[in-house]
Amino acid sequence: MDIYLLEAIINRILLGGVLALLALGLNLIFGVIDVVWIAYADIVMCGMYALYFLYAEYGVPLPVACLIAIIGVSILGVVVHLLIIAPVLNSPPLNQLLATGGLLFFLQSFATLLFGTDFRNIGVRLPILEFATMYISFARLIAFMVGLIGAVVLYLFLKRTYIGTAIRAIAQDRDIVGLMGVDQRRIYLVTSAIGGALAGLAACLLALQYDVHPFIGNTFGPVIFMICVLGGLGNMIGGFAASFIISQIIAIGGYYSNTEWSYVLAFTFFIVLMFIRPRGLFAR
Amino acid sequence: MLVVERLCKRFGGFLAVNQVSFELRQGEILGLIGPNGSGKSTTFNLIAGNLRPSSGSIRLEGKEIAGLPAHQICHNGIGRTFQIPRPFRKLSLIENVTLAAYYGQSGAISRAEAYRRAAEALDMVGLPSDESTRTEGLGAAALKKLELARALATKPRLLLADESLGGLDRTEMERAADLLGSIRSKMGITIIWVEHIMGVLMRVVDRVIVLDHGEKIFEGAPAQAAVDPRVTEVYLGKPRA
Repeated sequence: MDIYLLEAIINRILLGGVLALLALGLNLIFGVIDVVWIAYADIVMCGMYALYFLYAEYGVPLPVACLIAIIGVSILGVVVHLLIIAPVLNSPPLNQLLATGGLLFFLQSFATLLFGTDFRNIGVRLPILEFATMYISFARLIAFMVGLIGAVVLYLFLKRTYIGTAIRAIAQDRDIVGLMGVDQRRIYLVTSAIGGALAGLAACLLALQYDVHPFIGNTFGPVIFMICVLGGLGNMIGGFAASFIISQIIAIGGYYSNTEWSYVLAFTFFIVLMFIRPRGLFAR
Repeated sequence: MLVVERLCKRFGGFLAVNQVSFELRQGEILGLIGPNGSGKSTTFNLIAGNLRPSSGSIRLEGKEIAGLPAHQICHNGIGRTFQIPRPFRKLSLIENVTLAAYYGQSGAISRAEAYRRAAEALDMVGLPSDESTRTEGLGAAALKKLELARALATKPRLLLADESLGGLDRTEMERAADLLGSIRSKMGITIIWVEHIMGVLMRVVDRVIVLDHGEKIFEGAPAQAAVDPRVTEVYLGKPRA
């Protein structure tokens, strides 16, 4: 195999780890609360700004800044649920889409108002690793590994704790969990906090590789939604696998043509698959 | 124990439950019967908190519970099973029941205690309590037992059993009826039982209430219900003149 193709594939697998983390968060929220957070990638943008200001502007040590950013975005997730999602929980899906879509424009416009449209970088310079004449981004390697650890921690939380069991139960049948004494509203809040924390973690990992600006969400938002729908909305394992499939299509497409065409190829693949398997690749 | 007064539920212009009142005594098994669409399941949904009443009162041991959310009604001591079992198929058998044991009461309990209660409930209904038994692939009788085990794991004082015999063969029906009887005698749980299969129901219940078009048309002993002209008319139609 061409060494440059292999390099592109490995680098995209590494980016796929962060996309998988975002797909897990979005799928968790959709699976439990049954509302698609269109503004999810823009919540990531808030986390990236939080990290930028804490670390690059105020000199807070990076691990502490990351922790504060994750907690902050987790709290933002709860606030979004209380103010935007909870009032439209029983509304038609179109109204829910408009509400979360409105949040997207609000966050982008508000960030533009506060910070301008400058591209800002947290300024962490990590080396490029050379391995068998291939160049691998160390930042992406760290992001991939932390992303995988985050996914494993989420899996263990959902599998080994009672609140995780309640989250899995509510994702299967929300109408009857109350009869087992489970407070649905509390589970929604916990889920929003976890979804927010995953967005916060992804924000920290992406800030190592990308500049932050008010429209950074547009870079990832459509791809994350494509991944989630491809894996089957609400299907966490499907979303996890789909993030690597899409990453590879973009990597291989980019290798043979350019990045723009690789996205055209990925979205064409997505549209064709939606005709064949409208409920997603991994729907049963 | 339970006092239901002038309970009404309206869906738009349709009155599903109309001024239904009854009382339930501690330790009693009350049969709630009626043809399809008579309002039995809606009455259950109102008592269990799945639906909010349009008007009326439901008091459990003197405490008003009408309109409370389902989880609070569960914490007050009411458990419920469904006519068509609704297990969490992606959770194991023991996970289904420990979830109910853990969250079923307002106070926090330890994991060990939740597991012990779940194992006890599964044992009571005759299902295995090991960690490997999956919910997917369970037969109709086992799923009905799982419904009961989940309800029992919440430590209810009142159990609402919705058509526990549906889909079972004759032997399984007799066993299920005996099980409800022993839940009352061994655990002291009061039961309201909605059922279509009269023969088995009449053998176990102390009293029956008959609903038709959302209204109570009879309340009394099972033997009286069998000969009451209003009840026979509802089930068999009016006699020809």
